[in-house]
This record gives sequence, structure tokens and C-alpha cells, in this order.
Amino acid sequence: MKIHEFQARNLFKEYGIPVPDGVVCHSEEEVKQCVPDDDRLRVVKAQVHVGGRGKAGGVKLAKTKAEAIEKAGEILGMDIKGLKVEKVLVADAVDIEKEFYVGLINDRNTKSITLMASAEGGVEIEEVARVSPEKIIKMTIDPVMGLMDWQARKIALQLFDDPKQMRQAAAILVKLYQLYVDTDSSLAEINPLVVTPDKKVMAIDGKMNFDDNALYRQPDILSLRESTPDEEKEIDANEKGLSYIKLDGNIGCMVNGAGLAMATMDMIKLYGGEPANFLDIGGSSNPQKVVEAMNILISDKNVKAVMINIFGGITRCDDVARGLVTALDEIKTNIPVVIRLSGTNAREGLEIIREYGLPTVSTMSEAAKKAIELSRSQD
Amino acid sequence: MSILINKDTKVIVQGITGRDGGFHTKKMKEYGTQIVGGISPGKGGTEVEGVPVFNTVEEAVSATGANASVIFVPAPFAGDAIMEASYAGIDLVICITEGVPVKDMMKANSVLKQNGTKLIGANCPGLITPNECLIGILPAMIFKKGNIGLISRSGTLTYEVVNMLTENDLGQSTCVGIGGDPVSGLYFIDLLEMYENDPETKAVVLIGEIGGDAEEQAARFIKEKMTKPVVAFIAGQSAPPGKRMGHAGAIISSGSGTAEEKIKAFAEAEVPVAKEPGEIPGLVKQKLGL
Repeated sequence: MKIHEFQARNLFKEYGIPVPDGVVCHSEEEVKQCVPDDDRLRVVKAQVHVGGRGKAGGVKLAKTKAEAIEKAGEILGMDIKGLKVEKVLVADAVDIEKEFYVGLINDRNTKSITLMASAEGGVEIEEVARVSPEKIIKMTIDPVMGLMDWQARKIALQLFDDPKQMRQAAAILVKLYQLYVDTDSSLAEINPLVVTPDKKVMAIDGKMNFDDNALYRQPDILSLRESTPDEEKEIDANEKGLSYIKLDGNIGCMVNGAGLAMATMDMIKLYGGEPANFLDIGGSSNPQKVVEAMNILISDKNVKAVMINIFGGITRCDDVARGLVTALDEIKTNIPVVIRLSGTNAREGLEIIREYGLPTVSTMSEAAKKAIELSRSQD
Repeated sequence: MSILINKDTKVIVQGITGRDGGFHTKKMKEYGTQIVGGISPGKGGTEVEGVPVFNTVEEAVSATGANASVIFVPAPFAGDAIMEASYAGIDLVICITEGVPVKDMMKANSVLKQNGTKLIGANCPGLITPNECLIGILPAMIFKKGNIGLISRSGTLTYEVVNMLTENDLGQSTCVGIGGDPVSGLYFIDLLEMYENDPETKAVVLIGEIGGDAEEQAARFIKEKMTKPVVAFIAGQSAPPGKRMGHAGAIISSGSGTAEEKIKAFAEAEVPVAKEPGEIPGLVKQKLGL
């Protein structure tokens, strides 16, 4: 789960990580009302869930309050990488003497948390990793011990010569780590972490992602979630026990199992078709789930044919077939459906489908080819 | 002997009184797996499918000598269940549960390391040594005894591939589902090494997917350390970046973890990568000179 920069800043503030003052505004009127009436250097930043806002013109400086209102007006309503800007953060701009990067991330390889830090702040960390990886300091944090003060100091000492700044930075690292574990975060970045001319260390930008598997125990974090209409559909599907990701093609897929569902999408592409979605209905042959799944597929106006690919293990194919027939009776669509059933009770399942009057195949490959053929005949 | 489990393995089921725990206990017993006990705190002294239920893993191990445990406990409690099994002296823990928070898996991993316990999963279908032992939810009827070792991040895709191998007379020595999570137990390299050292296994089929760099690491390991042939398949070539494709670990982040990179890594290690599951049996036969 992602959150906006301003929400990450609020979490930083809560944990005592210094950030410049700022306010979130949804309109020029709000900027007028909420931003203090003085003329100082501020930065107006688009609040959208993508990177590269600066390059897209979504980050502008303003020397006066009037300019801040003007810049807000320019940025609100902008389209940045397909997302419409509905709010901006208007924050005090600080003078920057030096910029650093610090970040925490879950590491699959060490099965723990990795702390990364670099004197190359204010630029894309992936770029630094690609071009000059030696400039990134990495440290593995023991998930049981957590980030110990001496470890935070060790990192800070490599970045800061001045002892006061070093201590400020070490304290920030410890607080960031605490925030990270308290909220079941999967990524937390401060980029840049800056030193101001009056020698203060502050977080100028922040990014945090959270482990979806832990949201059930993080209601405050969950309340920060903001989804696009497509993402809403995905979340809605999750709540029904389905996994759904919309794509751009015209062949809807319904599969049991995430790996098999990915392989099904891949196969459709391999044979020259375009999958309309990824949809994993999981291990249940519950008719209601099949109905929900068909509804999701049909509601996508691009879908010209549906491929159902079921490998029944514990799930019995005749149960799935009965569920499918129930679903198709309820939904009554003209969109052609190809059904492939294999595994436990496949013969019985295919018989039920044939009696219902629909085409059946016994291999995944045949199903993909047939679905592509049917989608073209709809043109 | 195959790897990890055989007819002598004694298994307990954590979460045996739940719907899935009970159902799969019955299935495993039908297969011939030695299910010697189950755990359900507060229900000790009762019985499920003829199997005695205990309150704790420690009691179960003491009473039965169990050395493996399979976990059907809900996600919020699965991490704790793994740790309990580890502290009770279980050698091999298999966690079927999906949705376990990463933080919990990291903590559990520390305990596992400390106690020398092996883990498969979480979010996995389990493992099987055909004709000897089945632990988890894999459908028994598709498997056949043979010499092909399997390692897969997937569930039903594994069954699809196993089915094709069996139909082509390529039986399996052991098949291990390592699961779809980012932080898990035994992974590709751990199991490749075991298969390399297993006299019964002649070739390995590896089923990977997008997310992380385990396949790339496996490719390097195969190139440097393995003599036995490996055939691979990678799911998710058509997956869009930044999206979790069902499995928590199946996500392309910041441009890395793509199927292309994995396929390239295998090519460099001279490991053939099937373009679709149907190609796998042919590639295995080729590699074995059959």
C-alpha cells in the first residue's frame, strides 16, 4: 500500500523526525486560507502516487504567498503519468547545504531489514545504484534487535563530519526505523535528508509503502489509503477472495492460482492475443465466487472473449463446473466463454459444461488459442 | 531417498481442528503420510480423523516423536506457530498459510536460524515424495514416482507442470512448493543443492515467477555448482510493473525482478527456459538424452 508524501511527512512528524512546516491544499482558495500571510520561499508539490513529479512540472518554488497561490493553480488539475493532481503540499522551502539519501527496505535475501544511506541525495537512488553503487552504504538490521544506537551512529559517521549533525542524523535513523517497524512498512525513504545553513538536519521529502499482509493490524495506516477507480476494483475483488489486476487487452481470464493465472496471461500473449486482466479465483469452487469473478470480467467493456482455466487439485472440477453454470445462468452474457478443466473429476466437470452447451477443451494451450479465435470473430 | 521427507517422516498438524486442517489431515492420511498428532490450543485430548490432538507442539513431540509439522493456522497466528514448532524441536516446518505479515516471517526466520529448523513456505502448497509422503495440499493423483526433482513458487501451475511430466513418463523424486511470499524458508539454491546431492534425482525442473532475484542467484549457482541438468519456466512475462500479481512476492519493483532478467540469467547459465509449460517435458527429455 502506498501513501502520499504529505502523509509520510505527518508520520515523520509524529515520530519526531524534523520536517519543514507545510499544509495540504485542494484548491487555490485553500492555499489563500491556510498558508500564513507572509512572503517567504515555499515549494508547491503535487501529491500523487508516482515518482518524477519534479520532472513533470509538479514541483514549483514560490517566493511570495501570491506566487504560491498561482503555482498551486498551475499544478492542481495537472496530469502526471496518468494521475490527476487533486491536492498540493505547500511547504516552507529550506536552503540546502548538503543532501543525503536514507532508506529502509525489506530484504528478501537477508530476510531482514536493510538500511541504505548515501551522500548522493536528492537524486533517484536506483540511478545511483546503477551508476555508482559504491556510493551507497548498506547495513543489515537484525529484526529481533532492531536498529541499535551504535549502528545508527556508524552510518551517520560515514556521512557527516560535524558531530552535532552526526548525532541529529543518527537520531533520525533510529526514529525512522521505529516508525518502520511500528507500522509494518515495506519501504521508507527520506530523499533528500538535508543539512540547512544553520546546521539543522531535516527531512525534505518522504516516501513510505506498507506490507499489504499487515494492513489487518494497522487500521491507522489503512485509513490513509487512497485508490484510483481501477485500484478500488482490485481492492473490492480482494475482499471477495479474488485477486484481480486490470490490463489493456480483450481476453478475460479466470484461473485458479496466481502462478497459473500469470502463465495463462503469458500464454495468451505468446499466441498473439492480449489478456484483459489477471484474475485468480483461489482454491474454492464456491459458485458465488465464480459469479463475482464473471461479473468483474464482464464489467470490463474491452473484453471480447473469456478464457476459464482451472486445474483442480483438491478443488473438484465438477464443483467448479456447477458453479460456472450457475454463474452463466445468472449473468446471461453474449461474450463467448471457453472453459478448460483439468485434474480432479475433470471428465465429470467437462460433461456438465458440454450439456450446458458451451465449448470445452482439455489443455490450457487449446483454450488460449480458442479464446483468441473467438475474440477475433467478435470484431 | 529423495529430499526432505520420506515414508518414515512423522508429521503433526498445527491447526488440525480448523476446516482446512481437518480436511487435509484426512487427505494426507489417505495418501499414507504418517500423521501422528495435531495441535489446537484448548482442544488437547480430543481426536480429529483418528489423530490425537494436543494443546502444544511440545506435548505432541514428546508423545509422538514427530519431526515435521504442517501449519494451517490463520495468518495473524502463523508466525507464532512456526516459532513454537521450532522451539519444540521440529526439524521441518511447512507453512501453508497465505497472508502472513513479512515482519512476522523475519522474526520467525531468526528463531529458525538459531534452532537449525528448516521451513518451507509460507503461502505454499507443501511438498511430496511420491509413494512415500505428502505434506500439504498437493493433489496426490497427478504425481508419479521417478527421478525429476521439482522446485516451484507456485501452486496450481506446479500441478499443471507435474501433470504433463507424469503424462510423459517423467516421474518425480520429490516436488517442493516453496511458496509465493517474498520472505520465506528454503528457496531455490537450498533445494538445488539437495537435489544435486540426492542419488535418486537425475534432473530438476524449476518454476519461478517475477519478483526478487532468487532465480538469478539460482542461475549462478547452477552454472557454478551443479552437474545435473535443470529446466526452467518463469511465469509473469506479461505482468505490469509495480503490481502484486496475487502472490505477495510476485511484484516488479523499481524495474527489477522482471521475467526478462530471470530468463536472461538462465540463458547465461545454459539452463533452457520453456516458453510455455507444454515445452517442459520435451526439454527435460532432451537434457536427459531420452
